[in-house]
Amino acid sequence: MPFLREFGSYLPERIVSNAEIGAHVGCDAEWIKNVSGIEQRRFAADDESVADLALRAAQACLEKAKLSASALGMILIASGSTERQFPGPAATVAHRLGLDSTPAIDVPLASAGTLFAMSLASRLCDSLGEILVIGAEKMSSVVLRQPMERGVAILFGDGAGACLVSPTEGKARVLGSALHSDGAFAEDLRLPFDRPLEMNGRSVILQASRKVPRAISELLGKHGRKAADVGTFLMHQANQNLIDRVALALEVPADRFYSNIARYGNTSSASMLIAAAEWAESGWPAGEPVCFAAFGAGFHWGALLAQVEA
Amino acid sequence: MDKRTKINEILNEIAGKAISPAADESLFDSGLLDSFALADLVSVIEKAFDCKIPDADLNPRKFDSIERIESYLEDHGK
Repeated sequence: MPFLREFGSYLPERIVSNAEIGAHVGCDAEWIKNVSGIEQRRFAADDESVADLALRAAQACLEKAKLSASALGMILIASGSTERQFPGPAATVAHRLGLDSTPAIDVPLASAGTLFAMSLASRLCDSLGEILVIGAEKMSSVVLRQPMERGVAILFGDGAGACLVSPTEGKARVLGSALHSDGAFAEDLRLPFDRPLEMNGRSVILQASRKVPRAISELLGKHGRKAADVGTFLMHQANQNLIDRVALALEVPADRFYSNIARYGNTSSASMLIAAAEWAESGWPAGEPVCFAAFGAGFHWGALLAQVEA
Repeated sequence: MDKRTKINEILNEIAGKAISPAADESLFDSGLLDSFALADLVSVIEKAFDCKIPDADLNPRKFDSIERIESYLEDHGK
């Protein structure tokens, strides 16, 4: 039975206000807040790479777990904003953690990447041991590409989150996960090489607002639970309005969905684990079911159900 | 009640106020409805016309105007 053992996160220092990003694309701070719930985001320094961000989150997670990197059986890193086509950041992060033969795999799924990686880790840890899952994004390098597009530029921020998945011990037991992909809408959210991110926001919202609640309900049903039984939902922080819509569809109060999007914006694959790390800081509520959920380019989406140990 | 009247009633419900778009006017580009209202619109259409709209049909353009909604429903026997 896999466990979630610890979380960690890293946010770059530089705070970028709505007023600052809005000035680039001709919109005001209040409009950005109204359409997204975002009030500010973090941007990494010019010389900070995705691997740098990932490493800091990895170190924070390992430190909290009091685990040496040498004990890891695998590293999985989700990112949609890596600086080059290959190699991705996984091998670099493993090397900088002092590892020279531990398998390190990149998961280039963007927003849903961390959820998929956590699900894979929970299935693989019995044979591989402790697996460190990381989501790391330098979305500022994407949104600042010219020509900047208003609907994209206002949304994204930089950061990294990490989760240690263990086969033997942890604070929450992974009960199961449900993963889905549908390439019919692959063109509706894509990042071409060296061009701005292209997003059909209406399509993304329409699909996500149906598929995410369905995936959560499907997973909960499989484990004899209802949405009302879940203490906290840790969902990809894409847009506050989308999070609220998913809560409404599941008929649970919106405050059951942990939200930090106002402070960090949409950090794509990193967002769910940054949220999880903050949530865990206030203590893991004994016996409480916790549901992770994400939706992103592909489209890929799904959910993962865990239960905090009593 | 004819289809167009029913669609207009749905649009008023989703917008939360009386709106009267032209049949070929974009409901979203015009600002009459926002992107998040699109998901509500589809759900209410399903209930009002007793139909299940599959995810594969959830192309925002198919529901972008009164004419297009009518056309979608007619194509699906409604």
